[in-house]
Amino acid sequence: MKLAYWMYAGPAHIGTLRVASSFKNVHAIMHAPLGDDYFNVMRSMLERERDFTPVTASIVDRHVLARGSQEKVVDNITRKDKEENPDLIILTPTCTSSILQEDLQNFVNRASLDSKSDVILADVNHYRVNELQAADRTLEQIIRFYLEKAKAKNELIIKKTEKPSANIIGIFTLGFHNQHDCRELKRLLTDLGVEINEILPEGGSVTNIKKLPNAWFNLIPYREVGLMAANYLQSEFDMPYVAITPMGLLETENCIREIVNIIKGFNISYDFDFESYIDTQTRFISQAAWFSRSIDCQNLTGKKAVVFGDATHAASMTKILAREMGIRVVCSGTYCKHDADWFREQVDGFCDEVLITDDHTQVADMIARVEPAAIFGTQMERHIGKRLDIPCGVISAPVHIQNFPLGFRPFLGYEGTNQISDLVYNSFTLGMEDHLLEIFGGHDTKEVITKSLSTDSDLVWAPEALAELQRIPGFVRGKIKRNTEKFAREQNVNEITLEIMFAAKEAVGA
Amino acid sequence: MKNSKLNETLTFDCETGNYHTFCPISCVAWLYQKIEDSFFLVIGTKTCGYFLQNALGVMIFAEPRYAMAELEEADISAQLNDYKELKRLCLQIKQDRNPSVIVWIGTCTTEIIKMDLEGMAPKLEAEIQTPIVVARANGLDYAFTQGEDTVLSAMVQRCPSHSNVQKDQNLITEEQTNSSPNLENLGQKKKSFCDENSLVLFGSLPNNVATQLNLELERCGIKVSGWLPSQRYGDLPVLNENVYVCGINPFLSRTATTLMRRRKCKLISAPFPIGPDGTRAWLEKICSVFGVTPIGLVEREQQIWDSLQDYIALVRGKSVFFMGDNLLEISLARFLVRCGMIVYEIGIPYLDKRFQAAELDFLEKTCQELNVPMPRIVEKPDNYNQVQRIRELQPDLAITGMAHANPLEARGINTKWSVEFTFAQIHGFTNARDILELVTRPLRRNKALENLGWNQLVKI
Repeated sequence: MKLAYWMYAGPAHIGTLRVASSFKNVHAIMHAPLGDDYFNVMRSMLERERDFTPVTASIVDRHVLARGSQEKVVDNITRKDKEENPDLIILTPTCTSSILQEDLQNFVNRASLDSKSDVILADVNHYRVNELQAADRTLEQIIRFYLEKAKAKNELIIKKTEKPSANIIGIFTLGFHNQHDCRELKRLLTDLGVEINEILPEGGSVTNIKKLPNAWFNLIPYREVGLMAANYLQSEFDMPYVAITPMGLLETENCIREIVNIIKGFNISYDFDFESYIDTQTRFISQAAWFSRSIDCQNLTGKKAVVFGDATHAASMTKILAREMGIRVVCSGTYCKHDADWFREQVDGFCDEVLITDDHTQVADMIARVEPAAIFGTQMERHIGKRLDIPCGVISAPVHIQNFPLGFRPFLGYEGTNQISDLVYNSFTLGMEDHLLEIFGGHDTKEVITKSLSTDSDLVWAPEALAELQRIPGFVRGKIKRNTEKFAREQNVNEITLEIMFAAKEAVGA
Repeated sequence: MKNSKLNETLTFDCETGNYHTFCPISCVAWLYQKIEDSFFLVIGTKTCGYFLQNALGVMIFAEPRYAMAELEEADISAQLNDYKELKRLCLQIKQDRNPSVIVWIGTCTTEIIKMDLEGMAPKLEAEIQTPIVVARANGLDYAFTQGEDTVLSAMVQRCPSHSNVQKDQNLITEEQTNSSPNLENLGQKKKSFCDENSLVLFGSLPNNVATQLNLELERCGIKVSGWLPSQRYGDLPVLNENVYVCGINPFLSRTATTLMRRRKCKLISAPFPIGPDGTRAWLEKICSVFGVTPIGLVEREQQIWDSLQDYIALVRGKSVFFMGDNLLEISLARFLVRCGMIVYEIGIPYLDKRFQAAELDFLEKTCQELNVPMPRIVEKPDNYNQVQRIRELQPDLAITGMAHANPLEARGINTKWSVEFTFAQIHGFTNARDILELVTRPLRRNKALENLGWNQLVKI
């Protein structure tokens, strides 16, 4: 048992559901008790989804506990098959079904006899993997399923596209700025003369999976999700992949070079002048290179920062701060414990120490100890920063609704570098401004000359009414106080008691 | 389908139970705030933790007095000793927070692996010298607000049965607080301290709402001798066969049963004090039990209705559809019918017809008086079917969970998130306006956007 208040990565089934509901026309059925369909709320609220989230639960209740699910799961699958007519139904186990040890595979086999859609069981173990690992696994599982199915039906005709082309794998729902990154990656590839073959799973269709091998290579923008699929495609179809996250100027350049290398490996004449492209983008289109030379950024030299997040974003951010802005990263860390070795290797030489943990109190203690001028982390670090009065830029999931902006905010590619520069600069200057205000005592004199704006108060607040007033949240307290006093005056009452307070509320609807 | 609007009596249906609601462990969110010296330990998995973390959002960062005892693979496969593990965690909690009570919330997982929480609690309690209350608030058996029901019914067992020990102390505090308004009530207050015929209210409310209800009863000449839960664990009310109990929320049927069967309390079955109509009926019922004739209640109710006129004008004649997820639905529907709305369907997770008897009667009577069709009550609803019915009926307002709110809005259906009714202050005369504030918000908002032509925001 572990005493836990907060976690960075969610349970396994969330990962499966994120992948499933990213595809078009794929439905997930969770084998779960009532209330476990919280995923639907998250998707509907955070992503502001207009459509119903294609996830339903086959409810595990007391009866299921006593007698087993029996026909229930199969009925739910066939019912959903008729109602929604999906291409694929994924039966998703949860922590509850993990310990019930029902033969879910058997349900899947039976249900697939009666339904038009394909039915598969997500192969994830709640107690072994987290959200991100499960997402990676499920994506690979779906891709493998459809490619093997096509192969078995002899529908798999691998015909490479005429022009260089790529699949982008790993963009999915509830991902940190994934939609924006996707748009930016498409632009980048188009600039390089690379066609987009398929984008998975977001907005993709499972019926198109058989076209995946037609692309020349795969681009895996995020470390956490897509690598398993890329490795499978490489070993099975000899497809190369690029797994360099194009985040920051230098890594975007590396990513482009790697892509060019792969294309040239196909022995065709590829005459795109990528050197001049990188040069122009870096020096003139993106503002980040210029920003790092400008005197604004000079002021950031040697300032201390802490970075924490998922492996992809924390590693990239560490490198950007250290290499491209001259900021001193005192500690860089990730909660992706399963990928610790890769992370250490990535940030080696770019930070003073490395922290691998999924315990937010350890992160908080570290931040309190090193006292950085700014933090780049998740929503948790933002709150730690609030408590310690240190500004924080959010660079990674887990995130809140404000990290699903409506405006265009990629973190990847050349536009991404601009966004990151803004984020970094705003975090530090805000901290600086705060500091100066403290030194010089604020914009305005703090002393208030009169005790209140109206000094003619002849009203007395009874102690219990005053206590009640104190319990009202600060931002409305003033209004309530004013309304109550106004009411008391109208009633010719001098002492404000609890009853007067409530009567005032009733009278004015305060 | 539309025929269902024309029923003469209430009809009750039961569907498949495929609906969206919060897991009952969410009750820790409001209960830890209510019981100030408590600590809630949810014994479950990452799934439970993830739900709490996301559903309760900001509260997580405020160093809440609740935590997960996260079960790992070794716990599930019994390689670790449950008792030792819980002892380790509870000692840590005791050291860090020193609570007056630790509440263990059993979850689906502890049910399935049959972890004997009730058996372990007394032993551990004796060992660490901190009371441990066990509530099984799991998604296998309960929905959302029923979590509070399980916690309160477990707390019933911890209430003292004789006030002897505490009496003297209480009298002192009683004298101290007597500076409050009416001196003639003093005799009454003293009298209620004899164990006979005292009144205990059950249900967790924010303190100011509880104070408001206390004051309403005091106006009628009735003293509330205690609340379950109390603000502090040590102040739990005295319960025995002389005590009348009355519920303030419709989801407390288990607590009511426990109060009657285990503590021999007398249950006052009344409509719930939600809306001015409900509040008056609730007060009148309590008064009738205590043989008191309330004075001025009718006028008081009217006064509140008058103050609501601006909101009522907005909802009159509009139709509403409750998808159902928090068991407040019957009472809210009854209030909205009284406001002049037409209720098509009342979805509800679970309906205890005995505990809600007075409320159901009141609903029926209200519909008859206003001459509107009886709503259809659907227990354990099926959200998929409900969405089909909503499409057909096109209600002016759907009261629904957050999973469906945005998709329905995108299809031109006004929605209000049902969860807000659980967290807003909706009880008593004073807060009637808050209910209408919630109900009318989508109507007011969408009125402002009415002429823009953006009602349908999905491609069909």
